[in-house]
Amino acid sequence: MERDPVAAESRRTAPSPSIVLRELGRFVRFMLGEMRPRGRLLTPFNVLTGAIVLVTIGLLVIRFTHGLGSITNLSQDSPWGLWIGFDVITGVAFAGGAYVLSFIVYVLGQERYRPIARVTILNGFLAYVFYAGALLLDLGRPWKVVNPIIGNSFGVSSVMFLVAWHFLLYMIAEFVEFSPTIAEWAGWPRLRRRLHALTLGAVVFGITLSILHQSGLGALFLMARDKIHPLWYSQFIPILFFVSSIFAGLSMVIFEGTITHKVFHERVGDRLEQTYPDILTGLARICAATMFVYLFLQLLVFVHGQRWTYMRTGWGAWYLLEMAGLVALPIALFLHGHVRRNLAVIRAAAILTLAGIVLNRLNVSVIAYKWYAPVPYVPSWQEVVVTLGVISAEIWVFRWIVNRMPVLDRALPSPAPRARGRAVPAPATR
Amino acid sequence: MDRRSAVRTLCVATGSALVGRKLNAQEADAPAAAGEPMAILVDTTVCGGCRECEFACAAANGLPEPPEEVDFQETRTTSESQWTVVNRYQTDAGEVFVRRQCMHCLRPACASACLTRAMYKTPEGPVVWREDKCMGCRFCMISCPFDVPKFEYDSANPRILKCRMCWERLEQGEVPACVANCPYEAVTFGPRSEMIELAWKRIYENPDAYVHHVYGEHEAGGTSWLYLAAVPFEELGFRTDLGTTPYPDLTREFLYAVPFVLTMVPPFLLALNRASANREPDESEE
Repeated sequence: MERDPVAAESRRTAPSPSIVLRELGRFVRFMLGEMRPRGRLLTPFNVLTGAIVLVTIGLLVIRFTHGLGSITNLSQDSPWGLWIGFDVITGVAFAGGAYVLSFIVYVLGQERYRPIARVTILNGFLAYVFYAGALLLDLGRPWKVVNPIIGNSFGVSSVMFLVAWHFLLYMIAEFVEFSPTIAEWAGWPRLRRRLHALTLGAVVFGITLSILHQSGLGALFLMARDKIHPLWYSQFIPILFFVSSIFAGLSMVIFEGTITHKVFHERVGDRLEQTYPDILTGLARICAATMFVYLFLQLLVFVHGQRWTYMRTGWGAWYLLEMAGLVALPIALFLHGHVRRNLAVIRAAAILTLAGIVLNRLNVSVIAYKWYAPVPYVPSWQEVVVTLGVISAEIWVFRWIVNRMPVLDRALPSPAPRARGRAVPAPATR
Repeated sequence: MDRRSAVRTLCVATGSALVGRKLNAQEADAPAAAGEPMAILVDTTVCGGCRECEFACAAANGLPEPPEEVDFQETRTTSESQWTVVNRYQTDAGEVFVRRQCMHCLRPACASACLTRAMYKTPEGPVVWREDKCMGCRFCMISCPFDVPKFEYDSANPRILKCRMCWERLEQGEVPACVANCPYEAVTFGPRSEMIELAWKRIYENPDAYVHHVYGEHEAGGTSWLYLAAVPFEELGFRTDLGTTPYPDLTREFLYAVPFVLTMVPPFLLALNRASANREPDESEE
């Protein structure tokens, strides 16, 4: 849709075919050079994740030849387990940072956060590719996955239909948002300008899609009214999922940034280095504010649903742990960290918040789902390994991109396109 | 606003409106617009617990034969290889046998949950599953209030299996296999309104023999499988907390909000962007 004006313009000023061909040849050689691993290969991290990915591949062969039951503990009572509850539903909440930050930077024009915009969008994009992609592993008949997209099988009354379409469209929108970085890396300044012109459209479209599918993931459970424990079921699940995705995503940005800044220290640009404390304290304040709104909504739902009758049970204590320990406490820590500019406290708050989101999403989708079932679902070790394998693969791709493209810093000052491949200083890969 | 940004705004708005329209065109399937859905009335006061229906079901659907002897002490559930089961309950009215299978809701949660329309409510009444459409997401299992759809976890080409009310036999003008083979005539097959009238006729003619409730008449918006019983239904393993709202209505409000968000939010965001633009856009700033 948004491509049209650009397409029209590119027809007017299209470069001649021979130049395109030569440029393509250069890119292929450049790409081959970039594909080579950098730094030492046999690091503990590589060995560990490599082993996990290898085992994952083996497990997936078994899964696709012998059925889901061969390696998972899924059952007729628990149709959705760790792969949906954690990989997809929690993973997408964690990826919410991309739409929140693109709203702050590109729509509101808050320049302070611009240095982390690229890495956040990259993270969001990869999270969707890998964690929403993990959905394919869980589908019983993944070869039919195109049915709601191109088939004549539009189940438009299904929330899942909406979620499926939005995953696809949002991945495209995020790719468009990230594409100027790729064009910079490949040394295509003209293409970069064109792609950059699409950014606002992609951002606006992406935010709209995110509002709908973040809440849509919650709306999936609306029809499970009589199966989810009343402490976690309400008709407001979609709103709660949407609001919590805001601070879940930003907490992930804080957490991921902590690791990224250590691991990719050499790649962090001066500007980001200097302003990073400001960024973190700002994010902490936004987190605290949205979490307060979330807590208030939960309180309304609690009173409205007369939930206090359940509080004396074990489920009540479990609920209290989530609300008091992993929502209310992080709010206080975020505020404290913001006021005192204490980054360690902010990071601790982010980790607690993430744990709270994991707990909340798993409670709704797995733990409190069929809470009365005689045999509760516990994931098998194979399900855990495959989850770790998906995360490992995502980290590899993230590392490959961060080590090569101008993600954590601005574009390097005007390198000659032909020499760019060599101009990038080789960082130490861990 | 220069020409390019005007075009861009227009494109975003058009795209949103198109997507919104598509998603809006999704009123849940109207039940049985083409005619009256068929229904089956089970009179649990008549059922003798012979389990002929289990065997007839297996034979008609090519399922493995059910066990010859079952221990009625434990309550069984349907499975991917057994689409109907008979359970025994000890009640004040003595032993009561109750068979369970898909309820074939008038407005099925499973069919509205299905993003490929693999789960499909036929106008004739049966809810059927269509192999060429299903992608195996198991959202129907999450949504069904009766926990009916079963998934083949041990197959590389898994199917969702459940009672189909012998859909193929109905098309040939026959009655479902379990109805045809019931020696006690505990099950009656016919148009749903007639089955409800028959049920209430039995209750009124013999008011002391039945609780005055037809399970399935209103539960979950009404089902095509109706039950009569001598004791309250919760004593017979039925969920009586499901309410009378059709399950698709639980997500309807959310789905109705979708086109509004899709069409209202982009212009709002663009306006917000314009309003908060306090400087000329700087190309080099990205």
